[in-house]
Parts: sequence; structure tokens; C-alpha cells
Amino acid sequence: MSTLQIPGVYTEQGLKTEDLVVNIGPQHPSTHGVLRLITTLNGEVVKDMVPVIGYLHRSKEKMAESRSYFQYQPTIDRVEYLSSFFDHSVFVSGIESIAKLKVPKRVKYIRMITMELNRISSHLLWFGTFLLDLGATSTLFYAFREREEIFKLFEDLTGARMMYNYYRFGGVNADLPVGWIEQCREFVQSFPAKIDEYETIVTKNPIFLDRTVGIGLLDFDTCMRYGVTGPSIRATGIPMDLRKDAPYLCYDEVKFDVPVGTHGDVFDRYLVRMAEMRESVKIILQCLDQIPGGDTANVIAKTKEVEAAKEAAKAAGEDPKAVPGVDPDWLSVGQKINLLTYKPPAGEVYHVCESPRGMLGCHMISDGTAKAYRVKWRGASFSNLSVLPELMIGKLYPDLMAIFGSLDVILPEVDR
Amino acid sequence: MNQNSDFPNWLPLLVNKLVELINHTFHTSIALDWTALAPVTLVVWAVIVFSLIALVAQVAVIFLVLMERKILAWLTQRKGPNRVGPWGALQTLADGVKLLFKEDIVPEGANKFLFMMAPAVFFLPAFVFFGLIPFTDKLLAVSLPAGALFVFAISSISVLGLVLAGWASNNKYSLLGGMRSAAQAISYEIPLVMAVLATVLFSGSMNIADIVRAQQGPFWNWYGILLTPLSLLIFFISSLAEVNRVPFDLPEAESELVSGYNTEYTGMKFALFFLAEYAALFAMSGLTVAFFVGGYYSPFGTFLIDLLTPHHETLTGVMSSVYQFGIQCEMLFWFMLKTYLFIFLAMWVRGTLPRLKPDQLMGFSWKFLIPLSIINVFAVAVEKYVMVSDGRSVLTMVPILSIQNNNIGSWFAWIVGVSVVFMAFFMLMSDMLTKKLKARLARR
Repeated sequence: MSTLQIPGVYTEQGLKTEDLVVNIGPQHPSTHGVLRLITTLNGEVVKDMVPVIGYLHRSKEKMAESRSYFQYQPTIDRVEYLSSFFDHSVFVSGIESIAKLKVPKRVKYIRMITMELNRISSHLLWFGTFLLDLGATSTLFYAFREREEIFKLFEDLTGARMMYNYYRFGGVNADLPVGWIEQCREFVQSFPAKIDEYETIVTKNPIFLDRTVGIGLLDFDTCMRYGVTGPSIRATGIPMDLRKDAPYLCYDEVKFDVPVGTHGDVFDRYLVRMAEMRESVKIILQCLDQIPGGDTANVIAKTKEVEAAKEAAKAAGEDPKAVPGVDPDWLSVGQKINLLTYKPPAGEVYHVCESPRGMLGCHMISDGTAKAYRVKWRGASFSNLSVLPELMIGKLYPDLMAIFGSLDVILPEVDR
Repeated sequence: MNQNSDFPNWLPLLVNKLVELINHTFHTSIALDWTALAPVTLVVWAVIVFSLIALVAQVAVIFLVLMERKILAWLTQRKGPNRVGPWGALQTLADGVKLLFKEDIVPEGANKFLFMMAPAVFFLPAFVFFGLIPFTDKLLAVSLPAGALFVFAISSISVLGLVLAGWASNNKYSLLGGMRSAAQAISYEIPLVMAVLATVLFSGSMNIADIVRAQQGPFWNWYGILLTPLSLLIFFISSLAEVNRVPFDLPEAESELVSGYNTEYTGMKFALFFLAEYAALFAMSGLTVAFFVGGYYSPFGTFLIDLLTPHHETLTGVMSSVYQFGIQCEMLFWFMLKTYLFIFLAMWVRGTLPRLKPDQLMGFSWKFLIPLSIINVFAVAVEKYVMVSDGRSVLTMVPILSIQNNNIGSWFAWIVGVSVVFMAFFMLMSDMLTKKLKARLARR
């Protein structure tokens, strides 16, 4: 059947459809930094997606080769600014294991407490911004209310709210402030009720379920191919948690569960993170009970007692060294070393820990000088981001916000 | 009003011819008595009232922006604007002045004429609404015989502004936003009109003023409270979609489309979009009140008036005028109170819910709201046939009769009965919802 061709009038055959190529980012409200996604859209359906990274590259790895270990430490904070205690922990533990420094138990517990608090604050920020990406605004402020409490604790402890630079080789910068343990306990005990509050407004919300259930399904094989770790792999039902699998610090002395999901969709990743905050609360409470020496006031009193005993022994003409000193586990600053010129022996180490985003690793080669020969970071966000195109192709454009948000990618860690 | 004989009578004749033509064309009979009013009175009254209302609406809209920010701040444990003026009252004015002085940027490759027209096309319909809303029985600019229809015809035009803005901006996000708004408007106008059909069935008129007048009396006479609460629900949800409010704010979804159709707009053009959105919200809430919640009538009927002025029939002269003015003020008060209640509801929803996806938005309208509204229209027709006599539902006759006979016992029995029915309905609904959620989680 021939169609009548009228000049200037399009027939159906003459109509062309084109795919729309949208450059999402690098400046975009929901890319959480400077990620650029070259997205091919057919209507609202994503046909292709290519992430472009590197807008935030600050050569963090090269910087390690041009300054001493201690000078490099403050820049680590900027690698993953939402949970920088973890990066410090990995870096410092690496040096400690190269130099075989003995770390007092009190320090290990302080590190565990701060890291778990940091995990909570990181998950809280994720929770707020994830819901913001889905269009709900209030939850952000609820999450930030509790995050502020944690930051107050950190500020008391380290003097900074986000860039802590608190851990030292074989110790921490300073002992806990007097009364900090009680403040921390107060916050941590009140926190589960706040999680309940979040879950009341979000978890059974029909619109939230419509946006998240069955979206962005990850399975174990995909996770393995892309190196996806952290809550995203635990949401698929694999209880992969380095705190359990290869306990570092004193994680073998506390009891906690590894929450896992069942299907590996966005909703499961949400549930896993919410459950992880509850587990962190459990860990912190146990740590606060078990920390050697207890509150700092107690440690100070004990130190004074020992000093008085030594004075008394001296006055009595006895050997003051025979008087038992403070338990070495109670110390907070372990090795008295000159940090600026510290030279660990030559060696190579790869240290990992379970950060809020997954497996965070630091490969460090020391050649015996004050500067590292090579430092290589393994950011969990990098691997987690690489799975995004596979999850997105064939999905609707608004699903991008749900899926990308649920992977909890932080761009400074991707680019380093 | 008096017949003004000095005025040439060609205008009413013309209008009558027009109405005859319309009646002939659509085989309807629009009851219209234009000749009863002097045309000059008609036109001047309309112009005066509309100017007044437009002025008041402008101020109300400016206040709405502040109200929204304060309510959201209250919902999220913040203080909200509190620097400019007392309680931040002048914040919106300051923002407006700032926008006035902003550079007016037209993006490269944009269709300049359409780019300029779009805010106007979006802005004007939002203000035409105000001419049709009966704020009180006298404060009404135009009383159109087919006002209920006209309102939705006008509201469709505002969507054209969004599509134009999306198309003319030469921006991909804007284009997506414009397309979404078109799809959304087409989907949600159907349940919107269907819900109003219920009140048209009850009142037997398409004139908004008549619809309000038919709901005269205490709250049990209002259509949306006892007679068809479902229509009120459908209308409220659809009106949220119609004015692009959360959870239906897809055309300007900030986390996806940066700012949607108004991404490229700056300065006063952006301010026009911004104001028009709030004007439309105000107008839609006003219409909700007029159609379903008894318009300007007090929920207590004449109870308060009788209590305050027991002998108003005996008033004469100036006092009578003062009394009439007081009645008008009372009507305006109730209308505004109810309107702001619905605006508050919309803002509350904004503070609580996430955004829908486009496919879910369409699905919700076509698979749920439209079938529901069709069933609702049938149900209302049956209800009117079975239960309504003398323009009053049987349901509402009980309290009226029991109050007239001083039978407090039966009045209480009625209250309890109605509460039980409502509670059973809500429990059933929540049970259904829970089952649906469980099924959704199991279906993965």
C-alpha cells in the first residue's frame, strides 16, 4: 500500500526516533561528588551507561612517596572523608605489623569504639542521602541529628569533626577525655530507639518499597566478578565480613552478628545497613564495658597510686623498680617514638579492614627510609561503582538514583 | 440588583444568543439568567472582585512559600527562615527582590520566543482559578454555569507551559521534565474530573457556587465528609499530581532531572514558575474545599452565629449592613481555614513521602485511581438514588431530626455508628495494605 506523500507533512515511515545521550554529572545533585555518567536514554529507559571517573584525583598514593609516614597521615583523612578512622586504622596497622610494634589493648579498644561509631555516622549519612535521592527530604535531617551527636563525641576526642588524624603508630594521639566513656554510652544506648524511628517512617512505606524492592538485583557471581564487597555483598546472603572472617584488633573478643540479606536488591542493602548500625551499637557497648582501665579518671588515679608507691619505696630505701607499674594494657600511647623521623624497617604488607563500604585495603612497601617506597589503596567504592552499568542497563532512569544510592559510593575514595 | 435601563441591551442579547448556540450544539440546557443582572454591574463587579482576589492571592502565595519552609523546618527539627523580619516573614520578599536583580539568561540554542512565553503560559491559568473560586457567597468574580468544567480546562493549559518550557530550553533534563509533566497531567486529570462528577451528581449543577450552596449546613451536609469521602480522597491525591507536589513531583525531580523543566530559568522567569506553583496549590486546595468540604460554610452550621447574635433578624439600617459584613468575614474565615488545612496536608505529605517513578505514577493513575473513580461515580449515583431525599442524605437526616427533637441519645448513637463504620473501613484498608506489602516482599 502506497502512502500519499504530501510535501511538508511527515508520514509514519518518515519519522525518525533518536536515543538521547545525557551527560549525568560531573556536577549533578545525586552523583554524590563528581562522577560523570554518559547515559544513553530511550525515553526513560537506560540503554547504555559509561561511568567516567577521575575528576577528584589528588594523587594520594604518589603523595606517600614524597613525605614521611607521619606527614602523610593527615592526607589519609581526605581519601574517604566519611569514615576516615578506617583508612587510618589500615595504614597504622600496616606500619605496626612491618615494625612489629606492640599495641596496648586499651588502644585497640579505643580504635574499635571510634571505628564502630564512625561506621554508624557513615551509614547515617548514607541513609539520609539515599532517601534524599529517592525524593524524601525529612530523613536527612533526622539522620544528621544523630550524626551530630557522634561528631560531638569525636570532637571531644580528637578535636576535629571529620578529619581526625587520631591514630598513631603503636597508639593513639591522646587518651580518652575524662567522662567520655559515659557520654558515649549514653548516646549509644539511646541510639537503637532512633533507628526504630527511621524504620517507622521508611521501611514499610509503600512508595519506598515500590522504589527499592526487586530493583538492582546483585548475585554472588556478579559480586565476585566485580569485587563488590561490604553491605552490597552481604545483601546477597553471603556473610562476608572481615571482622568475623579475619578478626583484627579485638573483634574476636566481642559478640556480634553479621546481618545478611536474601535477594540482593536495593531494599536488602538498605535492611543490611540498618541492621549493621544495630550491630555496631552492640559492639560499642561491649567495648565500653571491656576496655582495659575503664574510664580515664580511673587510669589517672591508678598512675598516681603507682607513682606514690614508688615514692614511698624510694623513701623507704627500696628499689622503686620492684613496685609493679600500671598494666601495659592500660596505656593509650604505646611506643614512645619520634613520629616525624620514624623509620620502620624494610618490609611489605597488605592490610585490610571492613569499612562501611566494604573491604578497604592498603598495600605498603617500606624500604627502611622515613618515606614509603609505595602505597597502594584498595577503595571499596571503586569496585562497587564498577558494577553500576551492569545493574543499570535496561532499567528506568529514576532507578539510577535508587541503585547508585544503595551502592554507597563515595567519589574521593574512587579517585583517591 | 437593579435593572440598569440606560445601558444598551445588545450585550445580554449577544450572550443569550451565544448560550442558545451552546445549548443547541451540546444538547444541554444551561440555566442562565444573565438578563436579571445589569451587564455593567456584572462586568464591573467581576473586574473589581477579580482584581481584589488576585491581589490577595498574590500575598497569600508569597505567604505560602514562607509557610512551606516553616512547616518543613518544623517537621525536620529546624528553625526555618528567621532572619528577615519578625519570624522571617519578609524572607520571601527578600528572595523575590534578589530574583528581580538576577541576570536574565536565555540559553544558547533555545527558542527565545517560546522560552519567554512558557512562564506566562504557566502563570496565567493559576491565577484564572482565583476568579472562579467562591471565597464567600458574594466574593466571587465570575459565576460560570459550567465552572466545574472550565476550571479543569484551564488547569490543562498550565501543563502546556511546562511542556513549552521543557522544549524551548534546549536542555535534556528540561525536555525529560516537560515530557513527564505532559504524561502526568493527562493521567491525573481523568480521576480529578471523575471525582468532581460525584459532587455534580449530588448538587445537580456544574456551577461551583451552586455546588457550594448545595452543601449549606453543618459538616454532615458536606459531600466529602459523609456522602462521598472516597471522592475527596481521589480528588486530593489527583490534585497533588496536578500541581506537581511530592510524591508526584517528577517533572522537577531534583535528584534525577536537576530541576526539570525550570533548570535553565533564572531571575523573574524562574520566580514566575515558583509563584505559579504555589498559586496552583492554593487554588487546588480552594477547589477541594469548594467541591467537597462545604466551601465557606461553618462546620457548626448557624450555631455560632445564633449564639453570638440571637436577634439578628430585628437589626435594621447600618447594623444590618454590619451584620452582613460580619457574616461575609465569617465565611471567608472558614473558607481560608479549610483551604490552609489542605495546603498543610500537602506540605505534610511533602515532608514524609519519597517520589514515585514515572511508570509507577502512570500505573497508579490508570490501574488504580481511574477504575476506582469510575466505580465511585456509579456508587454515588446509586447512593443518590437510594438514600437522598430533598437534597439531604438519609445519613444526614438522622442527626438533623434528632437535634430538632432534642433526642441526644439517638444523636450519640448516630455518631458512634458512623465512627464504627469509618473505623472498620480504615482497619480493612490497613489490613489490605499490610497484605499487599507482604505480597510485594514475597514476590521478589
